[in-house]
Amino acid sequence: MTFVPSSEINNNSPQSLQPKGWLRYFSFSLDHKVIGLQYLVCGFVFYLIGGALASAIRIELTSPISDFMARDVYNQVLTLHGTIMIFLWIVPVVNGAFGNYLIPFYVGARDMAFPRLNAVAFWMIPPAGLMLISSYFITGAAQSGWTAYPPLSITTPAAGQIIWIISVLLLGGSSIFGGINFLATILKLRRPGLKLMQLPMYCWAMFGTSILVVLSTPVLAGTLILLSFDIVAHTGFFNPSLGGNVIVYQHLFWFYSHPAVYIMVLPAFGLVSEILPVHCKKPLFGYTTMVYSIMAIVVLGLVVWAHHMFTSGTPPWMRLFFTIATSFIAVPTGIKFFNWVATLWGGKISLNSAVLFSCGFIINFVLGGITGVALAQVPFDIHVHDTYFVVAHFHYIVYGGSVFVIFSSIYHWYPKFTGKMLNENLGRFHFLITFVGFNLCFAPQHWLGLNGMPRRVAEYDPQFTFVNQLSSLGALLMAISTIPFLWNIIQSIFKGEVAGDNPWEGLTPEWLTSSPPPVENWNGPAPLVTEPYGYGAVKKEALDETTTNKTESPKQTE
Amino acid sequence: MLAVACLIAGGLWIGLHVNLLPDSASVNAPIYDELFKVLFSIGAILFLGMLGLVIYSLIRFRRRDGETGEGIALEGNLPLEILWTAIPAVVVLFVGLYSYDIYERMGGMENMNQSSHDHSSMKTEQRIWGGIGASTSQLDSQRGLNPLPVEVTAMQFAFLFHYPQGDILTGELHVPIGRPVSMKMESNDVIHAFWVPEFRLKQDVIPGQPTILNFTPNKVGKYPIICAELCGPYHGGMRSTVVVEEPDAFDSWLSKNSKQTASET
Repeated sequence: MTFVPSSEINNNSPQSLQPKGWLRYFSFSLDHKVIGLQYLVCGFVFYLIGGALASAIRIELTSPISDFMARDVYNQVLTLHGTIMIFLWIVPVVNGAFGNYLIPFYVGARDMAFPRLNAVAFWMIPPAGLMLISSYFITGAAQSGWTAYPPLSITTPAAGQIIWIISVLLLGGSSIFGGINFLATILKLRRPGLKLMQLPMYCWAMFGTSILVVLSTPVLAGTLILLSFDIVAHTGFFNPSLGGNVIVYQHLFWFYSHPAVYIMVLPAFGLVSEILPVHCKKPLFGYTTMVYSIMAIVVLGLVVWAHHMFTSGTPPWMRLFFTIATSFIAVPTGIKFFNWVATLWGGKISLNSAVLFSCGFIINFVLGGITGVALAQVPFDIHVHDTYFVVAHFHYIVYGGSVFVIFSSIYHWYPKFTGKMLNENLGRFHFLITFVGFNLCFAPQHWLGLNGMPRRVAEYDPQFTFVNQLSSLGALLMAISTIPFLWNIIQSIFKGEVAGDNPWEGLTPEWLTSSPPPVENWNGPAPLVTEPYGYGAVKKEALDETTTNKTESPKQTE
Repeated sequence: MLAVACLIAGGLWIGLHVNLLPDSASVNAPIYDELFKVLFSIGAILFLGMLGLVIYSLIRFRRRDGETGEGIALEGNLPLEILWTAIPAVVVLFVGLYSYDIYERMGGMENMNQSSHDHSSMKTEQRIWGGIGASTSQLDSQRGLNPLPVEVTAMQFAFLFHYPQGDILTGELHVPIGRPVSMKMESNDVIHAFWVPEFRLKQDVIPGQPTILNFTPNKVGKYPIICAELCGPYHGGMRSTVVVEEPDAFDSWLSKNSKQTASET
């Protein structure tokens, strides 16, 4: 097989037609690095929109009565908040942004396996997102939650719900294209001589994630198409008044949407595994067990979906099966956390923003994981299901987990993306208010859920007013925390210290080229990095080995 | 070792002494609280342990100013990795078996489709799709208590409770203390959920698929009934009250409200 992407880029004709400079970020660029940054910036814009919606929810909840917005608008806002944060921010950024930027470097390729499909996958996102948000202004957005359970999704105004379905179908399609591309790149574009078990951990995380994407996203697509038939053509797949079964929808929906949690979290696990060794100057602890635990999470992640349905129409045997399966996910996940702590142990840890956000992730995610194991227990879940306890739990997983890792990754790779360093003091300040604000916002919600506050309500028992105001104060801090971050990002492009090729002295291949990297990724042949984590006082020669390997030319085989 | 002992003692103390739960007003609530205390203790030990390890590592192994050099070249440690695979596996297995035991004591493993709703107005045998259902005939033989059947209908945005005994239709659930209540629930429109935090029980109320929920209240008082499944704009306002009263008070409520029909025997 020929090395298709490199030839495509090296042939000047297709690339030379593309705009140069900042304009290329608004073009149908085929460069995986441009596409990665397109995903990142686009995702961040949607994060700000989703964050504004979250602020609106928290403002509504500072008082126990529904007084800030109309009740149906409140339901639209919570539906949009969930959908935007999942499908337009976390999934595209932890997969699309960092995956596209890093995976070709890590496998020693000059681009993704299918560059055009890659650009198509990205360019499906902005129209889908715009359509979703504009539905609020044109017809009123969907108001049945991001889960869109029928019959509610069939009986609420149809236009908004249909637009929601089309957007999610487009975003799911984009995700599937991306998943296929990552699988092909990791399996087929590895530089000759590079073995699978020598790949950086993020490749393994993306490999596992892409398997989940390719297996489960089509199920969501099929389900939503059937739901749209129920809405526009009055079929009866899920409509009980026409003989449909509402519980089947929940099974099909969660068959995708539980793996979706791992689609948001496994890449984050991979990114942390890249960041910690560099800043601790220590090898990643337990590489092999890390790989196996990712694969175990992938397999188990496919057979736990019904734990979202414990209080639904679920017979006792099913409740118990899914309790056991879900509980066991804690084992491979636990291994990963112990391994990260062991990676910190005995290191020379630079206490910079990237490390602080990664450690914040470990602390938040451990708490989210513990409440997750508790929620997996049927008797426990029967009390707190669909309450603020669950809201707190999954925000600890997706915000305290994935979003903290996204920030950590931006602090870590910004020098590579732009060639400039970020301001560390601003970064540490950003971490501090994010961490305090996040925990102030979500920790009290555990208590709210246990004591009787259901989720997705605009009005609640007045006894919960004070704790809700505390939570809203935390949300205010989180909103404020984006200001130092944005300021840091923008001013560092112009005024940041010049980073140089390898400011952190990392060993993974993206650091063995200029910052920002050339279109071909390396000016010379791709380096063969067989020990991506070869740090450590005893193995000092490892660095010299990899740098000498750099000059060795790759044996391109036909 | 000392640190581990302190950690376990601290976690247990937190788990047993910090009360995060509301009042308990049904027979299965104390069983739930027992599970909660165990999970809370284990969780507190694990969380404080990990928190301590991360903070300790960050302080102890931080790079001091002007310090160069690298960490130790430690790539793994098989016995250690086996240990921290085995410990969570054992903990998880214990938690799983324990919560199975709790679930069984709450009546969760009873055969739902044997519940004796045959003396209710619905004569046709309908499949029960979910819920917590101690078969009422078993309860009869165990305690000699005749369970109180109630038919629950949920709609946007209210619960309706129908007592076949006396043919009472009410928006407020009245139940006598100490007597098992057997509810059969169905929705008229979208999915709702019946939740009483003080009973530690919740069950979705689904259109087209009846579910059941059995409980025995054991504390007199008024407790909120909350809809816990997004059901439309007024979801937050879909609340009712369950009134647990002494048997005498309940009987007088029942006789005051029942329709004096000849069919009642």
